[in-house]
Order: sequence, then structure tokens, then C-alpha cells
Amino acid sequence: MKANGELVALRGLRKSYNVGRPNEAEVLHGLDLTIARGEFAALIGPSGSGKSTLLNILGLLERPTGGSYRLLGDETTTLDEQALTLRRREALGFVFQFHHLLPAFSALENVTLPALMRHGHVDAAAQARATGMLAAVGLAEALHKRPGELSGGMQQRVAIARALVGEPPLVLADEPTGNLDRASSDEVFALMRRMHAERGTAFLVVTHDPRLAERCDRIVELVDGAIVSDKRHAPSG
Amino acid sequence: MVRALGFETRVALRFLLEGRMQSLLIVVGVAAGVAVVAYISALISGLQANTLEKTLGAQAHVTVRAADDTVRPARAAAAGEQRLARTQPREQRPRSIADWPALMAELQARPEVAAVSPMVSAAGLGLRGEATQAIALVGVELERYDRIVQLKSKVVAGSARLGPGEAMVGRDLAADLGLAVGDRFTIVTGNVSEITRVTALVDLGVRELNRRTVYVPLRSAQSLVGLPGGATSLDLRLHDVWAAGTLAAALAAQLPYEVEGWQQANAQLVSALNAQTISTTIIRVVVATVVVLGIASVLVVSVVQKQREIGILRAMGATRAQVQRVFLLQGAVVGALGSLLGVALAVALIAGFTRFARGSDGLPLFSIGLPPALALQVALGATIAGVLAAVAPARRAAALDPAQAIRL
Repeated sequence: MKANGELVALRGLRKSYNVGRPNEAEVLHGLDLTIARGEFAALIGPSGSGKSTLLNILGLLERPTGGSYRLLGDETTTLDEQALTLRRREALGFVFQFHHLLPAFSALENVTLPALMRHGHVDAAAQARATGMLAAVGLAEALHKRPGELSGGMQQRVAIARALVGEPPLVLADEPTGNLDRASSDEVFALMRRMHAERGTAFLVVTHDPRLAERCDRIVELVDGAIVSDKRHAPSG
Repeated sequence: MVRALGFETRVALRFLLEGRMQSLLIVVGVAAGVAVVAYISALISGLQANTLEKTLGAQAHVTVRAADDTVRPARAAAAGEQRLARTQPREQRPRSIADWPALMAELQARPEVAAVSPMVSAAGLGLRGEATQAIALVGVELERYDRIVQLKSKVVAGSARLGPGEAMVGRDLAADLGLAVGDRFTIVTGNVSEITRVTALVDLGVRELNRRTVYVPLRSAQSLVGLPGGATSLDLRLHDVWAAGTLAAALAAQLPYEVEGWQQANAQLVSALNAQTISTTIIRVVVATVVVLGIASVLVVSVVQKQREIGILRAMGATRAQVQRVFLLQGAVVGALGSLLGVALAVALIAGFTRFARGSDGLPLFSIGLPPALALQVALGATIAGVLAAVAPARRAAALDPAQAIRL
């Protein structure tokens, strides 16, 4: 059963490392969290609070050790590796701190990779979609440049275009501005907000920057593996 | 296929191009391996074919001959009985195969037999003036015998013809007896002698044979040896020379005659050929192992270098199987490119050998070539080796934890 408007639903989610060993450590302690379609949320917290682990679990890159994680209404904890991969491909987009573009591919090729991965070829429609997406993030002139030829901010914009080109309902951004100067950081953040506004894509942005967090619709704070606050407010700036 | 593997192919090629120098080095390494294997295989095949051609150029693949006369003990020793006896071996005389035309027809009907020829052979003397030489007298029907050893092609002077009173003589024997085409000389066997005229000089490729052999018509040999209508042996040529051992064993079990394949008659040569084949196989295995290890080590390094990219691809939704195929394809591409280059290199080496390795007569030592089937076999082998070499790195890449790989 798919919950209307509910994108992510965590119930009692736990994550431990080194399970069964003397040094077993639980890093997420029974989290409950719901993210609705079209939300723009920030995940904040000090280093070591479990933000990256939570993001990896939400991104189906790691499995929880307990609890439930429903994505688009479907329980994911019982899915096998292949199903998780396909679900990740269909439902999620990623933006990482260090952009993580493939250096051997041009900006356009990086953005068409998801289509290539799905269909084995890039048809004219996919090519046009990728070109349009790069134009939308202000890189119409840099289609054929390799990541090494682009500035940090431009690289991150390519990464955002790549994350959005498949029109996933949720984009997970792990400190997307953490490696950028203030001007580039503002530019990238503004771009994400614009994409959210134009496309209705939900964003969960992990950030250390309270200034950027304040510009989100919702702020979830994680401390020592537990959600200590979950505030919704009108974004500033 | 290319479309179905479009993602994998594109990523594999880009990964290879990204590490150009690394890829180039390993392709050259594979090419060197392929070239060595192809060249050594062609060289050994050529050498063996040449050796076989020379060896079998003057002898039958299988020979059926009348058994030697033997002396059987008057009574076999009983159990526990000690016998003191001395058996004098019998002197040997030419003996004929009984009803050899019927046996010849029977042998000719066997599918593995290409040709059969009757022969009367015996020792004798060749006399001309003051000169006397021991000869090996060989009585044959020229047309039939030509199908066994291509005797006509070995004529170096005169014309291949064996009419009554005519002989074809080994080149060195002719020199020893001072004979030229058209000259006459006397053949003596026991108490019988016959004057014959030389129609041709032949080069059998082996000096010892050239110094002794005299070919005469079968009927002349029969009368010289005292075996009217007889044949001391039947010579067989087979479609496949390597079937000689099996056929000889089968015939020996069926017939009351001595049957000998060319391998038995040339045991040392066969051992040498086998040793060569084993050496070639060892070289091929060692080179293939080196090639596999080379490709594998480069790809293992590539997996380590590309961990982050693999993590990104996995995060974007690339399946483990897709990542695995990316690296298998890299192995295949490296193997295939190395094969193409290696085969070209082998062809160049063979051309160099043919051009520069020449005997004292200025002719190539022997002809070698790279048969397309061998080139294809080696190239396919290297490509498959490339894929096999990539299996472990590919599995390693596919097993990478994307979350960890991205963090690196």
C-alpha cells in the first residue's frame, strides 16, 4: 500500500556496526522520520552524530540492522541487493560533497549516464533531456567539458543536473556545498531550491552550515544517533 | 549485443582510455605474448612439417612385409625344467607376401589408406668398369610407387621412367659409379645379374639413400631376387600420417606379416618431435600464464584506482553484474587488441625468418607460415585469457561497498 504523499517513512530504525563482535556499536537508535513528497529538508548535527549513516541508509547504500524503512510505500529492508539497486536507480538522486563526477566523461555524458545505464544507449530524447537539464543549471556552454575543466561550483551543478535528470522523487545531498566557497555555495543552494520549486522534487540536504539549514523548509537535527529536534518553518533568505 | 552492453562498453573503454599508458603497456605485453606463442607455434609446425616431409619423402607411412624366417625350439621347456640349448638363427632370404595382389586390393579399400604399392627389395651390387658399390635394389611399379613417395618429383636428371632394363639411380650412387643418364651398369644379386640403363638420377633427400638406392621395374627385381610374381613388401600411404601407428597395430593383429608404421621405423625422430611439441606447449602455457597475470594485475590496480567511480556508478543504480561486466569487457578488449597486434607482429617475425634465415644454398631453411586457423586460435585464446584474467578483479569491483567506495 502506498501512502499518499509519503515518500520516506522510518520506524524504529537502528544501525549497528561490528554486529556480534566485542566492539559492536549502535550508531542510530530507533529513528522515526517521515519525509513527504516535495519537501526540502535539512539534516544537521555534529560530526559523528550518524548523519552520513542515515543518509546512506536512506540512499539504500547501507542496510539498517533493525526497524523499518519504507520508500514510496514499499518496505525496503526485505529487498535483495538487486532490488535495492534498481529501486535506488528509479527513486533516488545523489549529490555528494565532492561532486563525484566521472572524470573521463564530459558534463553531458555524466548527465546521460543514468539513461545509458538503464537502456544501454542514449536516445535523442534522453540527450535532449540532459542538455536541457544542463542548460537549466546554467551550463549550456559547458556540455562537452570534462569535470577537470570546470570550477567546483560548476562541477556541483553538473552533479545536481545528473541527480535530477531521471526525475527521481527524492534527492539526497551530502554536504553539497561543503567544498565550495561562500559565493559558489549560495549559488548551488539556490539552484537546488529552484529545482525543487520548479520540479517538486524532494531534497534532504545534510549540512553543517546553519545559514543554509535555515533556508530549508524543515530542519531535522541528529545528535548521537537520535533525532533531537524536527522543526518546520518558513525558510529565510 | 553492443547496444545491450552499451553502458558497460562505454564505461570500460573510457576507463581504459583514462589510463592510456597503463592500457597501452598491457596491450603491448599481451601482443608480445601472442606474437611469441604464434611465432613459436608456426616455427615448430614448419620445422616438424619439414622434418616429416624429408623423412617420409622417401618412405612409406606403413610397410607390410613378409616375416623373417625364424627357428622354433623343438620342444618348449616344461615348468620347472631347465634346458640347455643354443639356437642358431636362420639366414634370411627374400620372401614374398602370399597372394599380395589380393591383400593389396584389401588394403586399398580401407578408408584411411590413400595408396598401396608392391615392392621387391633386396641388397645387391652395382658394377661399372672397375667400380663396385653395394646397392639397395628396389623393384616397384613406378606409377603406384610415385603415389607413395612422389618419386617423380625427386628426379634431378633424366626422365622418370622404368621400362624393362631401365633403372633410376640415387644421385650419389651415380657419382660413385661414374654414371650419367643413358649410361649402362650391371646389377648383381646372388648369382643373377642384369645390365640396366639409367633413365634418371634421383635425390631422395638423405645422402645415405642417395648412395645406395636403385629403382628398377618390379618384374626385373622379381627375376633378380628370384621371387617370380612375388612382392617382399607392400607400402602404404595414408591420408593422415599420424594414423600410421594405429593402423600398423591393427594390421599386425590381423595379418601374419610384419607391419611397421613410420613412427616405429623412426622412433628417435618421433621422440624429438614429441619433445618439441611438449616444449611448445610449455612455452604456450607459461606465456599464457604471464599474459593472464599481467592483465589481472593491471585490472586489479585499475579497480583500486577506480573505487570511487565504481561507488558512484553503484550509487547511481549500476548493478553488481553491470560493474562486473565493465571489468570483464576491459579484459576482453585488452586481450583482443593485444591479439590483433600480436598476430601482426608474428606475421612480421615469420616474414623476417623467411627472408633472413637461409641455408648455404641461399634458399629459406624451411617454409613457415601462420595459418589463419592458428592465428584465430591464438587470438581467441588471448581474448578468452583476457576475460578470465578479469574475473577476479571484476568480482572484486562488483563486491565493493558503494557507501565505503564513495567515502574514499
